[in-house]
Amino acid sequence: MRRRGAGSTTDVAGSALIEARRLTVAYGPEPVIVDVDLAIESRDLIGIVGPSGSGKSTLLKALLGDIRPRHGSVSRGNGVSVGFVPQVEKIDWNFPVTVAECVGMARAHGLRTPWISRSERMEIAAVLDRLGLHGLGERHIRDLSGGQQQRVFLARALFTGADVIFLDEPTSGLDVKTRHEVLHLLGDLNAEGVTIVLTTHDLNGIATHLPTIVCLNKTVIGAGSPDQILVPDILERTYGSPMQILEHGGMRVVVDAGPNASILPFERRMDETVSGL
Amino acid sequence: MNWSDLTAPYAFEFFRNGVYVATMAGALCGLVGCYVVLRNMSYIGHGLSHAIFGGYAAAGLIGVNLFLGAGIWGVVTALAIGGIVRRRPIGSDAAIGVVTTASFALGIALVERYGSPGRSADALLFGNVLGVRPSDVWLVAGVSLVAVLFIVFAYRPLLFTTFDEDVARATGVRTTLIDTLLMIVLAATVLATMNVMGVTLIAATLVVPAVVARMVTDSFSKMLAIATVVGAISGFGGMNLSFHHDLPSGSTIVLVGTAFFVVAYLGGGRLRARAATVAHAH
Repeated sequence: MRRRGAGSTTDVAGSALIEARRLTVAYGPEPVIVDVDLAIESRDLIGIVGPSGSGKSTLLKALLGDIRPRHGSVSRGNGVSVGFVPQVEKIDWNFPVTVAECVGMARAHGLRTPWISRSERMEIAAVLDRLGLHGLGERHIRDLSGGQQQRVFLARALFTGADVIFLDEPTSGLDVKTRHEVLHLLGDLNAEGVTIVLTTHDLNGIATHLPTIVCLNKTVIGAGSPDQILVPDILERTYGSPMQILEHGGMRVVVDAGPNASILPFERRMDETVSGL
Repeated sequence: MNWSDLTAPYAFEFFRNGVYVATMAGALCGLVGCYVVLRNMSYIGHGLSHAIFGGYAAAGLIGVNLFLGAGIWGVVTALAIGGIVRRRPIGSDAAIGVVTTASFALGIALVERYGSPGRSADALLFGNVLGVRPSDVWLVAGVSLVAVLFIVFAYRPLLFTTFDEDVARATGVRTTLIDTLLMIVLAATVLATMNVMGVTLIAATLVVPAVVARMVTDSFSKMLAIATVVGAISGFGGMNLSFHHDLPSGSTIVLVGTAFFVVAYLGGGRLRARAATVAHAH
C-alpha cells in the first residue's frame, strides 16, 4: 500500500492493483469523503478504520467501482477483479440457498449453465475445504455458526478468483473467539497471496493486528504500520477524542483518554432496587 | 366416478385448451413467482394485473391492438415500480400500491365512461378459463418459453441479484439490466395469464406455489422446481375439479394451491419452523 502524498510525482499506477487519486464522493451536496489518495498493491492486507460516518463503507464502495466519484478517480489495473464480502447483518438469512449455491452464484459473468458443473463442484469443495467448511456444501446458510457464515461469503469471493477481496466490517456481531478465527484466516489467506482490504471499527480487536492501517475521517488522516499510525495525534484527529496508547504483550492497545472516559462505571444508586436481585 | 367420467370433458376443445393454458400458466407463475416472493414483492402480481386492466381499457379507447396496448402498459408499469424501488425513497409495497392502483382506477373510469373495448370486463376481472381460445394457448406457451430461457441463461446473475443485489452490483453484475428483464418477463406472465385467472386471482398463482416450495426446501434450485410443479398441478387439478363440481375455474385453481399450502404447513414441526421464517421475512 502506498499513500500518495500531495507532492508525490511518481506514477504508481503501474504497480497498484487499484488506486484512488484525489477521490471525492458525495451523495448530496456535502461530500462523504474528500481528496482520498490510496493505492492498493498486490498482497496488501489493509484495515480502514474510523468513527461512524467517517466514510469507511463509502470508500470501500468507491474502490470497488460501485459509486461514481464526484471528483478524482479510481483506477483498476488491467484484468484486476474484485470480490466483496458484505456485513453479515446485511444478509437475508431466510433466503433459500445452500452453502454451495451461495458460493456458486458469484460466478455470474458470461453464459453459464444454471446448474453447477462437475468441475465447479470440485472447485467449490476445494474452496470450502480451504476455509474449514468441509462437507457443509448442502447445508442452508442459516444452519452454520457465525464464523462459518462469514467464511461462506469469503469462499464466494475466492471462488470468483478475485484479485482483491474487500470486507465490510467482517467481525461485527461476532464473539471474541470467532473474531480471532476470522482474523487468523484472513492472515493465512494474505500469506497465500490474497490481497485484502477491510473496514473495521474495532481498533484493538482487529486493526492493531493488521500490517497496514488507514485512518479515515472524511479524508485519509494517516496510513502505515500500527507503529506509525497508532499514535495519539493521528487517533485524536481521526476520532475527534483524545486516545492513549498502552503496550500489552508487544502490541499496541488503544484506550479512550478523553473527558468522557471517566463516565464508566456508573455507580448503582442504592435507593433503587433492581428487579431480580 | 369412473375413468370415462374423468376423461369425458376432454372431448371438448374448449376444455382441452383450458387445461393446457391452466397447467402452463400455473407452472409459469410458480416459476416466476419464486423471484417475486423472494424479492418481497408478493403483491406485484396483484398490482400488475390491475395496472394491465387499465392499459387494456386505454388501448381500447385509443384503438390500438388490445393485447399490445395492455402489454406495453404492463411493462411500463413494471419498470416504473422497479425504478422506484431501486431508488429507494419508498418501499416496494408502497411503490406497487401507488403505481398500480392509479392505473386500475384509470381503467375502471375508462370502462365505465366508454364501455368495455373487447372481452367483458368481468371476464378480465375474474378470469374465464372456459373462454380460452387457441391463440391464448400459444400466447401462454410462448411466454413460458421466454421465461424459461431467461431464467436458464441468466440463472446465476438473477439469483445473485435477488439474494444480494448490492454485492452483485459491486462485483460487476449488471443488476439494472437483470431487474429490467425480470420485470418484463413478469409483466408478460401476468398479461398472458390474466385471461385465465382474472385480475383478482393472479396474485395467488404467483405467490402460493413459491411459498409452498419455500416451506419444504432450503435450496433455491429445488424451490424453483417444486414451485413449478405445484403451480402446474394446481392448474391441472383445479381445471378438472372445476368441471366436475361445477365451480369457477380460477377460484378452484387457487384453492388447490391453497390445499398444498395447508398440507405443507401442517406437514410437521420442521416445515412449520420454515413457515414461520417465511412469514417473518415477508
